[in-house]
Amino acid sequence: MSQAGWGLAVAQALLYVALAPLLAGWIRKVKASLQNRRGPSVLQPYRDLRKLFAKEARMAHTASLVFRAAPYVVFIATWLAAAAIPLVTTKLPTAAMADVIVIVGLLALARFFLALAGMDVGTAFGGMGASREMFVSALAEPAMLMAVFTLAMTAHSTNLASVVDYQLLGDNILRPSYMFALAGLVLVAVAETGRIPVDNPATHLELTMIHEAMILEYSGRHLAIMEWAAQLKLLLYGVLLANVFFPWGIAEGTDPAALGMGLAVVVGKLAVLGAALAVSETVLAKMRLFRAPDFLNLALLLTLLGLLSHVILEVGA
Amino acid sequence: MIVASPLVLAGSAVALALVSALVSLYSARVPQLLRQLVMPLFALAGLAALAAGLGALVQGGVAVAELPLGLPWLPWGIRLDALSGFFLCVIGVVSFAAGVYGRGYVRGFERGGDSLPALGGFTGLFLAGMLLVVLADDAFLFMVAWELMSLSSYFLVAFHHDHAANRRAAFLYLLMAHIGGLSILLGYGVLASFGDGFAFDAMRDAELSFGWASVAFVLAFVGFGMKAGLVPLHAWLPEAHPVAPSHISALMSGVMLKVAVYGFIRVVFDLIGQFHWQWSVAVLAIGSVSALMGVLYALMQHDLKRLLAYHSVENIGIIFIGLGLALLFLSTGHPVVGTLAFVAALYHTINHALFKGLLFLGAGAVLHSTHERDLEQMGGLLRRMPWTGVFFLVGCISISALPPFNGFVSEWLTFQAALQAWRLDSGVLRSLIPITAAVLALTGALAAACFVKVYGVAFLGQARSRHVRRARRVPHSMRVGQGVLALLCLLLGVLPTYFIDLFDAVPRQVLGRGLTQASAHGWLWLTPIAPETASYGAPLVAITLAVALMLGLWLLGRGIRRVRRCDAWDCGFAPPTATMQYTASAFAQPIRRVFGLLFHIDEGLEAQHNGRLRHHLHVSDRAWGLLYMPVARLVERAARHVVHLQSGNIRIYLGWTLATLLVLLWITA
Repeated sequence: MSQAGWGLAVAQALLYVALAPLLAGWIRKVKASLQNRRGPSVLQPYRDLRKLFAKEARMAHTASLVFRAAPYVVFIATWLAAAAIPLVTTKLPTAAMADVIVIVGLLALARFFLALAGMDVGTAFGGMGASREMFVSALAEPAMLMAVFTLAMTAHSTNLASVVDYQLLGDNILRPSYMFALAGLVLVAVAETGRIPVDNPATHLELTMIHEAMILEYSGRHLAIMEWAAQLKLLLYGVLLANVFFPWGIAEGTDPAALGMGLAVVVGKLAVLGAALAVSETVLAKMRLFRAPDFLNLALLLTLLGLLSHVILEVGA
Repeated sequence: MIVASPLVLAGSAVALALVSALVSLYSARVPQLLRQLVMPLFALAGLAALAAGLGALVQGGVAVAELPLGLPWLPWGIRLDALSGFFLCVIGVVSFAAGVYGRGYVRGFERGGDSLPALGGFTGLFLAGMLLVVLADDAFLFMVAWELMSLSSYFLVAFHHDHAANRRAAFLYLLMAHIGGLSILLGYGVLASFGDGFAFDAMRDAELSFGWASVAFVLAFVGFGMKAGLVPLHAWLPEAHPVAPSHISALMSGVMLKVAVYGFIRVVFDLIGQFHWQWSVAVLAIGSVSALMGVLYALMQHDLKRLLAYHSVENIGIIFIGLGLALLFLSTGHPVVGTLAFVAALYHTINHALFKGLLFLGAGAVLHSTHERDLEQMGGLLRRMPWTGVFFLVGCISISALPPFNGFVSEWLTFQAALQAWRLDSGVLRSLIPITAAVLALTGALAAACFVKVYGVAFLGQARSRHVRRARRVPHSMRVGQGVLALLCLLLGVLPTYFIDLFDAVPRQVLGRGLTQASAHGWLWLTPIAPETASYGAPLVAITLAVALMLGLWLLGRGIRRVRRCDAWDCGFAPPTATMQYTASAFAQPIRRVFGLLFHIDEGLEAQHNGRLRHHLHVSDRAWGLLYMPVARLVERAARHVVHLQSGNIRIYLGWTLATLLVLLWITA
């Protein structure tokens, strides 16, 4: 691995952090215009973060060390997971450091601490959020693994950069397994990032919250880091869908023109994905919690079907 | 300086364990002896076993010796090879930690009415039995040592025999241990009759047909599987393991189950030495069911030690998934992937020993200072017992298979083996593996949910009862015992290449090839097949996480002391109290609802005579109703017929004995 490669990887990781609030702002903007509102500027999330960082952080009397450390752990684990997903170029040494199973593991680590932070203060809402989050993820995580396994088994590699390379070199045939995996992963992404119909990021009613209930007690910079981590996670899933299933346009080298092109293309893809999410959030309503298993079981079923159709139909052929 | 050979060290480990048992006989007079001499000797025995195991792994090769014991025509032989060495390490390291920890823990028994010689004596015998099982070189010594292990642990399970429930659990344990032992004995019988002798060398040379090999395999699978706690034979395990003193629970769950795994590997991979895909299907299916049912039942528990015992069922299931994948790939002619799956199973074996030992020691520390096993009474323990809290958190992260700790590495390796399914020719076998992988993924996610529940309810939040609010810190020795295991959990997670190199002697001896490619690209990169297929830079991930965390805390947390405290959000109503927190049962309620069919749930509201309503919830294991109770009823019905023989006249009994003997002689002649 060259030094330039590592430099590029660091730059790309920073790009993830910088872009994450923009995607959140874009989705809000599209949603507002779909609802005939003008809506805040797409830069509003940055302003929110700046304001929160400047504010004083407060903690409940009952909060322990876990509560204080959790925002940092959540953010860093999510960030490290994102850094291993090709954003602009596939020449990415971090993809060798953390393959796709490690990415899922790091996201699970972030979620583990998020849920513990929810339990830490000892209020009913935090525990409720933690319980629901772990329940949703217990069904979503296997679906996610099955989806990425389909890709990994096709490319004979769990390294995401290799998977993308394989896709680019590939024969461009429409594989049924990919369709299943894509459909399943979209459902997983919606559930894991806490979007409608599983969770509502804009809710103000404690009883219906999942993600918001866990971070209810946070304030100031702690809240800012938690919010930023959530935006980063949304971007991570977006890039995963955009670059792994539709990799065309991503840079395959370190040539500046290709990198610029790669950046422009991925921003375009994310804008389309974000708009699609905004549309689906506008036309769908949030489900009751106990309808969520049906939704997630569908995701698991789709991804398992994808993997099975791969090993049965595509391997022998 | 003379370096003792590994075999001598192993022998001295057994001797030290026996001496500790002997010394404890005197502790009825001098109770302090248990703490001051017996437990240090026990820890020393563990250390000697660890040194012997490491020596055997590093040196490779096989050392044999004959003991001046046994029958005239069947002397007991012991043998230390890489496989035994690996399991000596597993036994040694957890025994060492349990011995150190026990110094503080047994202090609680000094004043009570419990029999100290029984505790110390059977603990020593238990360790000696486990060590001898691993060292045995013939079926005879193996069975004697196996019985020594089972019987001494029976007395430890029955240690608190003043509760009827504990006596019942101990009896069930004894019963199951013996049914399992019988099955193992029969398995050895099949091998011995073809191999002409009870020595393992003779069995290795035996030429078995597929049919007889399968009979031996099934007997070994049932026997060792029963001891290891595979579903559906697991129901004794969550009854028996939790009722023993906690350092013994750590040994039983962390180590004794591994001895059963050792037996399975020794018999199937080494002695029978042939692999068939039919067997692998059985192992994969049972392993998957065990993993999933284990974790689901664990989620339903609110007794901390019982919950941990159910997680042992889960983890043994994961180990057997690894072994099943190894059998599958080896039987279809893919030795590289087969070796990978085998190493993954071994890695998970030692990982589970470490983190389960750690968690049971942590549960013991909680029990020691609060006298409470029920999660619903706990809360806020992190502030009362910070060290135990931190070590327990390490155990929770490890068992939930989260990077950068050790549980993740073995799960990662197992997934990597499963992802090679495309190499198989048969479409049916190929499609079996994704289903197993899905079960493994679901198990991991549910385990994480379960340990968020455990840690969140027990260590975070506010205390739910007065005795928990007054919990005191535990003695130093107990913290050190936990700390050793926690450190090892981290090391095995961060430096997997180093440990895989260390364990490489085992697959080289058993399967005839190692996993050298795993560390071929330096200690930073774990590459189980090839660098372009998969790689995991565990040290890099760990260092990045640690450095970024430090940096973040330094940059943003400079004002750590300035964080002001306030009340928690109460929606503008009454301030939240400890009873308003989510309970363990409430936490698991969504999962109970989704997987409801798999449990036997007894839930309802009943009116009490004072007019209030009382909610009751009892989740029990379906294995009882579906397997255990029908068998028990059958045995009782059979016993009612046999009772006619029982006349009370000794001459008639002697007559029956003689007749049986004659029939047996006639059959064997």
